[in-house]
Amino acid sequence: MNEGTGIRDYDWWLLTLILAICGIGVLEIWSATHASHLAGMHWKQTWWIALGFGLMLLLSRLDYHSVLDKAPILYLIGIIALLAVLVAGNTRYGAKRWLPVMGEFLQVSEIAKLIIIVSLARFFAEVRTERLAVADLCKAAVLITVPVGLILLQPDLGTAMVLVPVVVVGAYLAGIQWKHAAVMVLAAALMLPIGWHHLKPYQKERVTTFLRPEEDPKGSGYQILQSKIAVGSGGFWGKGLGHGSQNQLGFVPVRYSDFILAALAEELGFAGVFVTLVLYTALLLRLIQNAQHAKDRAGMFLVMGVAAILGFHVLVNVAMVIGFMPVTGIPLPLMSYGGSAMLFVFLALGLVMNVRLRRFVN
Amino acid sequence: MRLTVISYTLVGLMALLLLGFWKLQIVNSDRYTQLAERNRVRSIPIIAPRGAMLDRYGRVIVDNYPSFSVLLLRDDPQQVERLLPQIADGLSLTLDDIQQQLESVKALAHFQPIVIKPEATPGDIAFIESHRADIPVLEMLMVHRRRYPHGGFMAHVSGYVGEVSSDQIEESGGRNRPGDIVGKAGLERQYNDHLMGVDGMRRSVVNSVGREVGRLEQTDAVPGKPIRLTIDYDLQLVAEEALVGKKGAVVAVDPKTGDVIAMASQPSYDPNDFAVRISKEEWQDLNEDQERPLLDRAIQAQLAPGSVFKILMSTAMLESKGVPADYHVFCPGSAEFYGRVFHDWDAKGHGEMNLHKAIVHSCDVFFYNLGKQLGIDRISFYAGNLGLGHKTGIDLPGEEPGVMPSAAWKERVFHQKWYPGETISVAIGQGAIAVTPIQVAYMIGGIVMGGRFHQPHLLLSDKPAPEIDFPISDSTVDTVTEGMYGVVNEPGGTAGASKLPGIELCGKTGSAQVISEQGLKRAGKQSALKDNAWFVGFAPRQNPEIVVAVLVQGGEHGSSAAAPIARNVVKAYYDKKQGKIPPQQLTTQAVPPGVPPSFVAAAARNTKPDAGAEETVPTNPAPVPAKPQPVSTTPQSTAPATRNP
Repeated sequence: MNEGTGIRDYDWWLLTLILAICGIGVLEIWSATHASHLAGMHWKQTWWIALGFGLMLLLSRLDYHSVLDKAPILYLIGIIALLAVLVAGNTRYGAKRWLPVMGEFLQVSEIAKLIIIVSLARFFAEVRTERLAVADLCKAAVLITVPVGLILLQPDLGTAMVLVPVVVVGAYLAGIQWKHAAVMVLAAALMLPIGWHHLKPYQKERVTTFLRPEEDPKGSGYQILQSKIAVGSGGFWGKGLGHGSQNQLGFVPVRYSDFILAALAEELGFAGVFVTLVLYTALLLRLIQNAQHAKDRAGMFLVMGVAAILGFHVLVNVAMVIGFMPVTGIPLPLMSYGGSAMLFVFLALGLVMNVRLRRFVN
Repeated sequence: MRLTVISYTLVGLMALLLLGFWKLQIVNSDRYTQLAERNRVRSIPIIAPRGAMLDRYGRVIVDNYPSFSVLLLRDDPQQVERLLPQIADGLSLTLDDIQQQLESVKALAHFQPIVIKPEATPGDIAFIESHRADIPVLEMLMVHRRRYPHGGFMAHVSGYVGEVSSDQIEESGGRNRPGDIVGKAGLERQYNDHLMGVDGMRRSVVNSVGREVGRLEQTDAVPGKPIRLTIDYDLQLVAEEALVGKKGAVVAVDPKTGDVIAMASQPSYDPNDFAVRISKEEWQDLNEDQERPLLDRAIQAQLAPGSVFKILMSTAMLESKGVPADYHVFCPGSAEFYGRVFHDWDAKGHGEMNLHKAIVHSCDVFFYNLGKQLGIDRISFYAGNLGLGHKTGIDLPGEEPGVMPSAAWKERVFHQKWYPGETISVAIGQGAIAVTPIQVAYMIGGIVMGGRFHQPHLLLSDKPAPEIDFPISDSTVDTVTEGMYGVVNEPGGTAGASKLPGIELCGKTGSAQVISEQGLKRAGKQSALKDNAWFVGFAPRQNPEIVVAVLVQGGEHGSSAAAPIARNVVKAYYDKKQGKIPPQQLTTQAVPPGVPPSFVAAAARNTKPDAGAEETVPTNPAPVPAKPQPVSTTPQSTAPATRNP
């Protein structure tokens, strides 16, 4: 559509990193499920990746400015969808998160993430001051509080948490003042006990077992312990694909999804983990680089919103696998099995690609 | 600028996470590898079968049958705790019972499974199999249950097995581990190390819900080795059946070798009850039973020998030459010594008595006088050398030494002087003297062998048993032998009723007062006061092959209660030797476990206690149709043999 968006202008490095990570993910999903009743899951994942890849390319053709222009409408649609899921959503695992769309169950909060990235990018891009004023900060806070509140009602603490770094990174880049930041941190600290009071029992349990996992080896501490056993027993070179006992015998919880890195760590060892984490770091650094080269502030905020949300996913998930963080249900982007999450990541990367293609000011 | 800060923060956090992986995967890898192994591998012991006990002809007396025990895997105490109500329900156990069992093994390591139900029913097995997924803590263990002869036959010889006690674990020096089944009594205990095998281990891979998904290499169990006994089970059966319903013991020994051919003690217990875990109540009942069924009377009943002791007196007289060989005494029915009258058992008196006649008629007055002439120290010297007052050394645990009094003994034990009057009582086998049936058989065997005492033993061996020589002159042996021959075969002999046509059965009766036996006082007053009947016999007159000692407590007369039993054993020995009866098939072994008390015991209980009379030997019961035997030396039919045609 626009001039100067030829094949060569795509970020081939980014595409390579994405496909490499997806490849490792599919491989490990195959290994984790091939001998169980879940066999064939890697094919489904491959289809999701192909679909996501297509959507990403499609989205990259569309000028991101037109997307940003429609941000208020998208925001409204997002809020309505979140309300809809609360009213008519499909309940699974005790939470309303899914809306039936075209035969598949779509996790609405994944779309909401995307909309919030776009909305915040637009908002921060329009703040033209060098320093972020209190009024703007408050506006940003309101902007984010509504969807986060709705997501918390589902309840989905994990997704709600994931949205926070988008604001934090955005505010930081928009030039938040130290004293404002300090006040917000303080306020958050004061909110913590109240928040704790409103946590569901299983969520409280997750936090307490995270702090003392050995006290309850087969309750909720079980997952962390089994994950650590899987990781630790992998050693340097791992037990080989398909040979991890923790993985193959089902000791690692949801080994194809949230704990896929534990399965990988067991079978491919520290070497495999090292390669994977280096790939993720390279991916995220590449995103930041793309942000630096963006044509305008809006593009920069858009890319950094994506980087913040993906980076948070990666860091929290990896930390959980080795017991540095409680179990939160945050998947590892591009590797964990799951259609909605996969589509979200590709669409987000589509936005990045979009900014990248239009990085040269005409 | 701010983007650079974010980049560095990202790299820093990633490095931190990699450090976390390094710590788990490189620094602590061994620990987690172990944990992963423990997750995936389940170890179930393979129980080694104990060695069988065979009789001297290789027939199986004690063997095993396969059975299943229910194991509780306790790796995860909380899970176990949660599942307990379901487990109790499914295995028809009470919750209290399981909790008690868990309490008792608290000190044991958690990865060691415990047996919560020793004998699994088909229902239990179905329950475990169908709940593998939701109750993964139950496992079946194939075990080998001991199978003993029924009716408590030979129970005291075979002994029984049970879970190893902490004392035994210490004694074994690491060979036994908690939960092991070891011999607790009898030969099971004596030859435990030989009989017991080494358990193996089956290791399997289980998934996260406890389902077995594969097998790992297993260490096979090394079965225990069988032992071959000196027992001839045909004679054993005769001895047992003769004793059923009575209280006493039978010991048959080959005096040339010390081989114990038969050894029975009644009342008995059924060691099959012990093969599965015995309840506290049952055990208490057995221990507190006034009939004392756990006592092996053949080696543990220490009683006055009565007139049987006169054989020793005769030997002492002839060997010590304390009185001339033609020593004779007139018996008026009683005699006075040291101001007290001692009665003969026959108040009418026996008249003029020499040694031979005194043995044949068991004349008390003759031996009173002889005792006075010899003195307690000389009697005690010969008794000690002829096997009394100390253990024979038979290969069974718990043998008692008996008591052979002497002046020194009384001084040592009671700090009192020996009164000469006591010697008079000892001379007819009364007073402080106490012997066991095995000692009596050992003593008589040694005397008739000219002073060659072979240590009695139950393990058949090519090597001769340890031997003690205390040479006795041929003339003494002849005189004593002739006297004992007369007891059975001469007119007026005390065991004349037990004469066996064509067999030179020699013997000596004894009827001992029980005042010295405190244990019996607790029993009913009537039976407590009845004399103990003894008989010790051997055959043939020259080169004896078999010595039989019989004790029937409360049997009153050796002649009527004890002698017929010895006679039947000796008769069976000869019948068998002459091919008149086919060797028994061991029907006991074909009886499946759980068959109610054997027909034998039931039938015998109905016979009158004065079974001493002729022709009242119970016939062979053959409780159930005999099945083919696992080991048998005889191709003969299984038709029950009749020993009393």
